Amino acid sequence: MTDLNTLTIAEARDALRKGDTTAVDLTEACLTQIEGAGALNAFVHDTPDIARQQAAAADDRIKAGDAPKLCGIPLGIKDLFCTKGVASQAASGILDGFKPEYESTVTQNLFDAGAVMLGKLNMDEFAMGSSNETSVYGNAVNPWKVDDRQLTPGGSSGGSASAVAADLCLGATGTDTGGSIRQPAAFTGITGIKPTYGRCSRWGIVAFASSLDQAGPMTKTVRDAAIMLEAMCSHDPKDSTSADLPVPDFEAMLTGDIKGKVIGIPREYRMDGMPDEIEKLWADGTAMLKDAGAEIRDISLPHTKYALPTYYVIAPAEASSNLARYDGVRYGHRAKLEQGDGIVEMYEKTRAEGFGDEVKRRVMVGTYVLSAGFYDAYYNRARKVRTLIKRDFEQVFDAGVDAILTPATPSAAFGLGEMADADPVQMYLNDVFTVTVNLAGLPGIAVPAGLDKQGLPLGLQLIGRPWEEGDLLNTAYALEQAAGFVAKPEKWW
Amino acid sequence: MSIDKDTAAKVAKLARIHVEEGDLPALAQEFNDILGFIEQLQEVDVEGVEPMTSVTPMRLKRRADKVTEGGMADTVLSNAPDAREGFFAVPKVVE
Repeated sequence: MTDLNTLTIAEARDALRKGDTTAVDLTEACLTQIEGAGALNAFVHDTPDIARQQAAAADDRIKAGDAPKLCGIPLGIKDLFCTKGVASQAASGILDGFKPEYESTVTQNLFDAGAVMLGKLNMDEFAMGSSNETSVYGNAVNPWKVDDRQLTPGGSSGGSASAVAADLCLGATGTDTGGSIRQPAAFTGITGIKPTYGRCSRWGIVAFASSLDQAGPMTKTVRDAAIMLEAMCSHDPKDSTSADLPVPDFEAMLTGDIKGKVIGIPREYRMDGMPDEIEKLWADGTAMLKDAGAEIRDISLPHTKYALPTYYVIAPAEASSNLARYDGVRYGHRAKLEQGDGIVEMYEKTRAEGFGDEVKRRVMVGTYVLSAGFYDAYYNRARKVRTLIKRDFEQVFDAGVDAILTPATPSAAFGLGEMADADPVQMYLNDVFTVTVNLAGLPGIAVPAGLDKQGLPLGLQLIGRPWEEGDLLNTAYALEQAAGFVAKPEKWW
Repeated sequence: MSIDKDTAAKVAKLARIHVEEGDLPALAQEFNDILGFIEQLQEVDVEGVEPMTSVTPMRLKRRADKVTEGGMADTVLSNAPDAREGFFAVPKVVE
């Protein structure tokens, strides 16, 4: 049998049900890999004791014939999810030592489905970043390597992407506020889906920008994404924006048949200076969907150009308000105070010490755009443009488009440190193709579709109608089959 | 619109983040880069457009206004940097 850690979730599920392997063996195989993968810095808090205990319980459930699809499947959990009694610090120094007294709804759903938690995964601090370079734990590293350089796995779910691509776990949770599942998935040759806003409960996920944040799975295949997403979704009274809708059996919707589906190709995503390789990948993907029987239609999403500036008003504004809670009073870090320091000094010193530079920058930008005199000019205007961006999508869906195909990222993974001297806006451009989807609350999926000339993975993105993740996953499945992406990073770590 | 050192200091104060005097000019420059990028939004015609308040059209659920959980002061305080006698402790607030 192949190494157990390299199995997909679907393969492992089938092997478990047939009795060909056990959850304990699967878990041990992953734990061994994690131990040997320190160089990737993907796992930042290992939980082998919990994993072994959950695996043993899963084996009992399987023996008893009560085995949901995820029963006994070893997963990694992004550090943004609160996990009871286990360090959960959003990769920030300000939450140093924080051990939640409660479990996030998404991780609870996964545990109820029998999943095994191997540990917590690296990420950008408070999910603010596109390269996993803002983490208090240090950089996560991409298992893909083509020369001496260490490459970014993308961000903010960089540890999740690195761990799945390197076969340290069978799947991982991610979160996506502007592209934080889809961009790292594309950079590491894996699949990642951000569902419709409201599909996954946000309860117990450390908040960044509440109107944009959504959790989703990062997996080796589209089928695995369908299996894991179904387990993560639920209506949750503890999240007032969680949707009270039935969760379909997404895996059962994977037929690969997309005959007659209308795929939109938005002309505004063809940007000046787009690398030829990305252009070609996009054209190839379009041809694959056409060959599979879909109708290809050129469409226009006229406000696309304004998505990034809109995002960089709304996300910092919400962050400045969400992150006000880190004041050194209730949890996490508190600065040492000097004689005579009062409560304001306590706040200011605690936040100066606890937050990293990118987080401080965004909190302050958010504070500025919300401050008296600028609220209308920036924040309210951005909310109006957001309405227009969403309307663009509604109009093409109303005209009969089923899904939209775009590149996932403007480039392949870049070297860690390469963007250090660039101004912050350069880094923000990484999200140019993904951020519209968060602003409009739509489901979006990144599927690996090819390698660039250096040999690094590139991904395509499909955007679906609200609440139609099943249909979107099926289109992604057809694309996955046509693209036939099977490349794996060569082990160097 | 250009942000100077004094505005940067004011924003830092509002955000309750201590910034060293010497770091203010660089911070102001970063704000200007980001705000310059955001400035594009001024060219969009938003006449008569409603600002988005809800990502997906949904009515917020209501529930009876009654206590559902509680009585766990120790649990609530368990992560506090300084907790005493069932309370969060902070530096003196009132003279």
